[in-house]
Amino acid sequence: MLKSLAAAVSGLALLTGAAIADPVKVGMITTLSGGGAGLGIDVRDGFMLAVKQAGNEDLEVVIEDDQRKPDVAVQLADEMIQSEKVDVLTGIIWSNLAMAVVPAATAQGKFYLSPNAGPSQLAGKGCHPNYFNVAWQNDNLHEAAGAYAKETGYNNSFILAPNYPAGKDALTGYKRFYDGEPAGEIYTKLGQTDYAAELAQIRASDADSIFFFLPGGMGISFLKQLADSGIDLPVVGPAFSFDQGILQAVGDAALGVKNTSQWNKDIDNPANKAFVESFKAEYGRLPSLYASQGFDTANLLLSAMSKADVKDADAFRAALKEADFNSTRGNFAFGNNHHPVQDIFVREVIKEDDVYTNKIIATAMSDHADAYAAECNM
Amino acid sequence: MSLVLIAEQVLNGLQFGVMLFLMAAGLSLIFGVMGLINLAHGSLYMIGAFCAAAVAGATGSFVLALMAALAGAAVAGALVEVLVIRRLYNKDHLDQVLATFALILIFSEGTRWLFGSFPLYLNVPDILSGPVTLPGGIQYPLYRLVLIGAGLAVAGGLFWLISKTRIGIQIRAGENDREMIAALGVDIGRLYTLVFALGAALAGLAGALVGAIQSVQVGMGEPVLILAFVVIVIGGIGSIKGAFLGALLVGLTNTLGGIFLPEALKLMIEPAAATSIGASLASMAIYILMAVVLVLKPTGLFGARA
Repeated sequence: MLKSLAAAVSGLALLTGAAIADPVKVGMITTLSGGGAGLGIDVRDGFMLAVKQAGNEDLEVVIEDDQRKPDVAVQLADEMIQSEKVDVLTGIIWSNLAMAVVPAATAQGKFYLSPNAGPSQLAGKGCHPNYFNVAWQNDNLHEAAGAYAKETGYNNSFILAPNYPAGKDALTGYKRFYDGEPAGEIYTKLGQTDYAAELAQIRASDADSIFFFLPGGMGISFLKQLADSGIDLPVVGPAFSFDQGILQAVGDAALGVKNTSQWNKDIDNPANKAFVESFKAEYGRLPSLYASQGFDTANLLLSAMSKADVKDADAFRAALKEADFNSTRGNFAFGNNHHPVQDIFVREVIKEDDVYTNKIIATAMSDHADAYAAECNM
Repeated sequence: MSLVLIAEQVLNGLQFGVMLFLMAAGLSLIFGVMGLINLAHGSLYMIGAFCAAAVAGATGSFVLALMAALAGAAVAGALVEVLVIRRLYNKDHLDQVLATFALILIFSEGTRWLFGSFPLYLNVPDILSGPVTLPGGIQYPLYRLVLIGAGLAVAGGLFWLISKTRIGIQIRAGENDREMIAALGVDIGRLYTLVFALGAALAGLAGALVGAIQSVQVGMGEPVLILAFVVIVIGGIGSIKGAFLGALLVGLTNTLGGIFLPEALKLMIEPAAATSIGASLASMAIYILMAVVLVLKPTGLFGARA
């Protein structure tokens, strides 16, 4: 009797709860098929893990696959805004897709929470009150790599990145905090998989270190070929080429490489420990930094939902800005341009029980914001 | 820029070229003999790489992995020919493109379903890893030298097969006049399946060989497929000799263009702009080459028909 009464009361509470706060509908557009699917799947899984743990019935998520194509992403965003009537958009991995979707979505009064892409255009003059980046501004990890290189005493790095906007942000970011002239600077083709020509140039140069930003399969190819070329130079890079998803495919070639990341599974705080454990239990694999970003994005959204009604845009925006959630990264706050102010670590690739993974060896930058924040007026 | 660097880059171009040839040869044969545009050829390359990675992971043997790649791709090719492609020979090219494009999607998502979304591990066997020193002090990865050798050996074998054997005669006859050789009692259906499986096996071999130094992942075949099409357009459709020459031309242009265009531009404009413009020009180089060849010889270097 008591039990059923309790059930009835809690059921009533749920009902009234639902009647007060409007439900929030989230549209997630991310890459779930094709070459870059690993990243989107990790973001989605991290996001949905947080949603499941919260058990908040007012939160509804619609997930669609952008196939890494800007035109598809734009079409999906239109559909989600017009027919699904979502309140919040999220999920995009690639900067070129974000540039195609985000400005239009925020102009229509929707919130956009970026779990990955952070193009410089949206951090500076193009910033928007409804755009929040929960991952990083694109330059950040590269800046940290440059700072680490300077501290280690490298002053003649050979640097390379693909010839597209994020690649240019990467080399700009590295050079911003690095001291000296690069021994060589190459823009490779986006999607290039053979680096023999570039490796020959590195060998012919007098570089003291290599910095590269080659996300996904490009990085796998580069590292394997570097190991096979007999070039013995220290390698520094951002976490994207050393995330949990691709390290197993690189194997020994990645061991000992230093890379910079705002997250790692060994960051010591309760939120992160619980996240790593529950992610492993739920999906049977170790989380990557993309998964942590998806997880943080969902928790940020949930924290704002508990404070404000999404229909009251000003209050909801203020609640998001507070970033009052337990980030897997520990310290997390938004700067004036709604991009993270956070610590960035140096990690080393290690082998742990037959699994390749990373461990933190140093902090590259503390409470680091981005270089474009000053240009943002809002 | 030293002579050693140039020599090394020429080797790189050559290695890239012979691997392209393995892809282009099958594509060209299939187009030449059956008149079929096979967009799914890149998927066969991917299947080869995945078969090799799976077998290498299970047994640790690179030789077994290569055999698995050949067999897996050939079987997949033969199956596809019998189940799907056979119905397309009499259709126009647009239908073929649509159907084989659908095959790309099916193969890609099927592979993801079987192996997951994350890249697989496949590495150079220990005995072939590391660099060797060539005459003139060039340090060059041994595995890439082996790739050049293997590619040239396959090319030689293919020339022999096409010009000296009975099957080769039938294939060449099939390119010229398929009704006539059918009338002469050659089982044209079996010949088509055979050619398709042969082309598929070559693509699978290329996928496995290249997969060891690149990343084995879903969608790895499509960029190579585009280049292979450029190769057969330059070389002339249906010609093995054309595919060989075209592949070497594309391989060398692609590699050397990427190195020398930015360097050459640096003599004229400031370095930062030269790097960026040079990289963009280099990506265009092979398409410019294709356009020039088509203007001068509309059927390609060795093509019999447009």
